[in-house]
Amino acid sequence: MQQRDRAEAASPADGEPGAGPGPLVIAGESFESRLIMGTGGAPSMRVLEEALTASGTELTTIAMRRVDAGARGSVLDVLRRCGIRVLPNTAGCFTAGEAVLTAKMAREALQTNWIKLEVIADERTLLPDPIELADAAEQLVDDGFVVLPYTNDDPVLAHRLEQTGCAAVMPLGSPIGSGLGIRNPHNIELIVERAQVPVILDAGLGTASDAALAMELGCDAVLLATAVTRAQSPALMAAAMRHAVEAGRLARLAGRIPKRRYAQASSPWEGLSSSTV
Amino acid sequence: MDVVIVGGGVIGLATAWQSLARGLRVTVVDPEPAGKASRVAAGMLTPVSELTYGEEPLLRLGLASRDRYPSFVAELEEISGRDTGYRGDGTLQVALDSDDLAVLGELRRFQESLGIATEALTGRECRKREPMLAPSVRGGLFAPDDGSIDPRRLSAALLAAVDRLGGTLVRDRAAEVLTEDGRATGVRLAGGDSLHAGQVVLAAGPWSHDLKGLPPDALPPVRPVKGQILRLRGTTPFLSRCVRGLVRGSSVYLVPRADGELVVGATQEEMGFDTTVTAGGLWELLRDARELLPGITELAFAEVSAGLRPGSPDNAPILGPSAVPGLLLATGHFRNGVLLTPVTADAMAEVLVTGDLPEVARPFSPGRFAEPAGAA
Repeated sequence: MQQRDRAEAASPADGEPGAGPGPLVIAGESFESRLIMGTGGAPSMRVLEEALTASGTELTTIAMRRVDAGARGSVLDVLRRCGIRVLPNTAGCFTAGEAVLTAKMAREALQTNWIKLEVIADERTLLPDPIELADAAEQLVDDGFVVLPYTNDDPVLAHRLEQTGCAAVMPLGSPIGSGLGIRNPHNIELIVERAQVPVILDAGLGTASDAALAMELGCDAVLLATAVTRAQSPALMAAAMRHAVEAGRLARLAGRIPKRRYAQASSPWEGLSSSTV
Repeated sequence: MDVVIVGGGVIGLATAWQSLARGLRVTVVDPEPAGKASRVAAGMLTPVSELTYGEEPLLRLGLASRDRYPSFVAELEEISGRDTGYRGDGTLQVALDSDDLAVLGELRRFQESLGIATEALTGRECRKREPMLAPSVRGGLFAPDDGSIDPRRLSAALLAAVDRLGGTLVRDRAAEVLTEDGRATGVRLAGGDSLHAGQVVLAAGPWSHDLKGLPPDALPPVRPVKGQILRLRGTTPFLSRCVRGLVRGSSVYLVPRADGELVVGATQEEMGFDTTVTAGGLWELLRDARELLPGITELAFAEVSAGLRPGSPDNAPILGPSAVPGLLLATGHFRNGVLLTPVTADAMAEVLVTGDLPEVARPFSPGRFAEPAGAA
């Protein structure tokens, strides 16, 4: 099985596989946590804060169209208090034009040139519109943004976005908020295999095993919101996701065993009886 | 003066009325009584339909208030001589597609685990009760004891009751809480005058945080949460009772009034004190409402408005004595101000008269925010 771990390729200091998890590096910035959180869907600010704390996240997205950056007591206040870096997104945009405008507003309001780029095709599926996405990514990269595009699980599009100069690619596992998990693990592997920038599995995760699988497939990080914010106990699920991402990452580095058709005893049987009798 | 109440929304006015009824002398300060969230709110009394994981204490407070409503309204209508539009004939919650129905199924299991009975209905049964519902409605839940009230009529009745019992209404803005030796002694008005009182109640919704003269830890941690809402009008009631709908994961509610008005709400936006009505907000409400009730396109468009709910960090109200002696809080009711009006008024009158916050309100005292969330 040819599985090159791209995080190691991106940061050779990590050393050999198995040497340790190492930080996530996006556009030269390091993060110890490989769990990026979204904020949508939390029932209250207190629940959101507890969940973010339990997740151990260092980077969290907010929808620029749905918050006023200056408002007291809002999501931004919570992030500031928790010391979490803000990653504005362009949720709710249907055209490259809207997305570029929203990204510029975010840069102005939050003093960051990082943007999670979302350009969705329709409200029913919330799937990315690949043509508008590629267009917006190009405009924003040219304008000096660090662009993290939410993309389809299409290896060709993901590669095009990387070639455009995006700082990471964020393929979906399944539609936003669906909880369907990773519907096309093979495509995710193909994206991981080729990418020279971090691959962040974004959208569709439902529970901890989904997050672990993303990391086992070789993703560098996971971004999720609904799976935590709409869980019966968001803080508990956030802790579960934190552990799942760590476990999946370690399993990837450790290198899983090949699958076999029949059993193979884990300890040798030969000579056992003669030596013990 | 015994009590000055800052804020003349339903919470401040009902607290004033109940305090007057118990013999206190009360002044309410508000530049525009019942002119903010109380004027915009739809008036759903639906603690069961809106049950949320982790908010069981709030459910208990909501149930207590809902169950107090019939006697509260009877007393209020008696003393004010005004109708409040109260109805306790149940709320129908419907699901548009199978995903939405699964959410209602989960809600029902949660309700049952807390000992609350709701009735599961098929799509056909929903439409038998409400024939205007779209044929695509997949099913629903009926909460027989939830209801609704017209907050504008409620406010008018409360104003009349306060007046009737000799309460004073000062149409000015309270700019500052006055203190002496660390104790609240009254308020200074924006116009320059001062009002002195033995106790001060802060019931100014999201503006409660912005009064001068108080140490930061005495101010309630409330923020404005914008809601856009619209009112349609027909010649006859379009629905027989309050309907809440899940429309492909998004929520909408429709509250009918006897006079043919149909209230459609509401957005929930973290936009500070902005009250702009937006095309997108209106469109989302109309889109979802039309999915549930295709016939609403024939109704007259009567009004659109945006209000600011006082949101607290845990969505629950902040009730009772604050860190400053003589200063009490009655705010942070978020989306439940109208529902929680009777229980808040009773609790605040009790603590103003006796100094003791009733058992039902104790989980909601301001002290719960002393430790930052997640500090454990």
